[in-house]
Amino acid sequence: MDTNAKTAACCGKSDVSAKTTSQSPACDCHGEVDSRRHERGVETTGSVETPVAPVPRVGTVLGWADRLGTVKARWGIGRMDYRVEPGLYAVGGPTADSPVLVSANYKMSFDRLRSALPGVDAWILVLDTKGINVWCAAGKGTFGTDELVHRIEAARLPEIVSHRTVIVPQLGAPGVAAHEVRKRTGFRVVYGPVRAGDVPAFLQAGMKATPEMRRVEFPLRDRLAVVPVELVMGAKCVLLTMAALLVLSGLGPDGYAASRILARGLPSAALLLGAFVAGTVFGPLLLPWLPGRALSAKGTWIGLAMVAGLGAYMLTESPATPDWLAWSAWAILLPATTSFILMNFTGATTYTSLSGVRREMRVAVPIQAIAAVAGVLLWIVARFV
Amino acid sequence: MTGIRYLSNVVTLRLDETKCTGCGMCEMVCPHAVFRIEQHQARIADRDACMECGACARNCPAEAISVDAGVGCAVAIIKGALTGTSPDCACGGKSSCCG
Repeated sequence: MDTNAKTAACCGKSDVSAKTTSQSPACDCHGEVDSRRHERGVETTGSVETPVAPVPRVGTVLGWADRLGTVKARWGIGRMDYRVEPGLYAVGGPTADSPVLVSANYKMSFDRLRSALPGVDAWILVLDTKGINVWCAAGKGTFGTDELVHRIEAARLPEIVSHRTVIVPQLGAPGVAAHEVRKRTGFRVVYGPVRAGDVPAFLQAGMKATPEMRRVEFPLRDRLAVVPVELVMGAKCVLLTMAALLVLSGLGPDGYAASRILARGLPSAALLLGAFVAGTVFGPLLLPWLPGRALSAKGTWIGLAMVAGLGAYMLTESPATPDWLAWSAWAILLPATTSFILMNFTGATTYTSLSGVRREMRVAVPIQAIAAVAGVLLWIVARFV
Repeated sequence: MTGIRYLSNVVTLRLDETKCTGCGMCEMVCPHAVFRIEQHQARIADRDACMECGACARNCPAEAISVDAGVGCAVAIIKGALTGTSPDCACGGKSSCCG
């Protein structure tokens, strides 16, 4: 499972159709292997006999197609349709005594879990979360009590295992009421560790998690993992604004001149692109060290650094006639832009609360809006001076 | 947390200690170690670390915990405000600030 995944995969469009496609986004050029993969969205390697029915077995080593799938999902390609078929799976050679691990049908979640289980005999019960990772699906309720109860019954789990315990990832807890699951199915919910990689140690310790296994952090690695999808999701908006800047930059005191698009429009578009990339990359990268607690405040610093850099560049480039009016416009626009970008990163973090985001937005959004209007006006005025 | 703290005194988390049975579920499911069990009684040890995910309230058999659970996501709040719905975590591939 993916701790960083509020954006990395949170967030499925809620209207994504309920179909649990068996289609894998991976390449289609592998005849037989692929036809098997396509049945469930994951390659199966035989099956395990049970009193109910044969249960498909999956490997614990990810293939190149799985890895490519992860990379593509990280870049937002086919991310909303990266799924495995819900239901029961086996890893290793599980018996009636083997543990049951519950997962989501976002393939990256499922792959994280199975790849953590070499040498482990276990059942994996995949819930239908519409292709959304455990944590986000739990927040929506699709990884929830009803779905878990339904899957336990649909798989006829009481006939397959002799014990009455299911291990649910801890980040599924916002959607699952352990006491209700027990009441309705007789199965005890034990919350497993946050990270799939800790599952073997958790099992070895007799289903006991250390405090560290229960904590969600937001380390550099996780912060950077969500950067690609943030870049992809913001790109359309930025490209449209850049186009608008290019068109507007033809304006001048003598009417419209296409020559100005190159001379003045391109640098403006480049500055906006720079603010977008800097905010989206350096914001997450420097998150713990940027001053302030509100993300809109943290983002401001990145824009201010750019303002300082731009001023220095203009002084060296044309020391006699620096265009201070244009600089003033950007001195307002750049911090406002990076503030907005990092404020929107709240959805990708692992620690911001709804009440907190509401509070910071009440302050930040009016300031950002005023800055945007003032900055654009100054920028237009600078065309005419 | 890797030293990153969010805003103070803002979350809606409440614990009714008279209802608490000290079962320890809240301490177990919380990803930010907000709760601590002391003398068979849950206590909010670090309220400001709460991200309002709602796991504790959902799993409290005694219904001693309340929190306005939701997703702390500015994009969702903006979208909710624009469409008149409650903030839902719904940033799919097609949805950016420009729709």
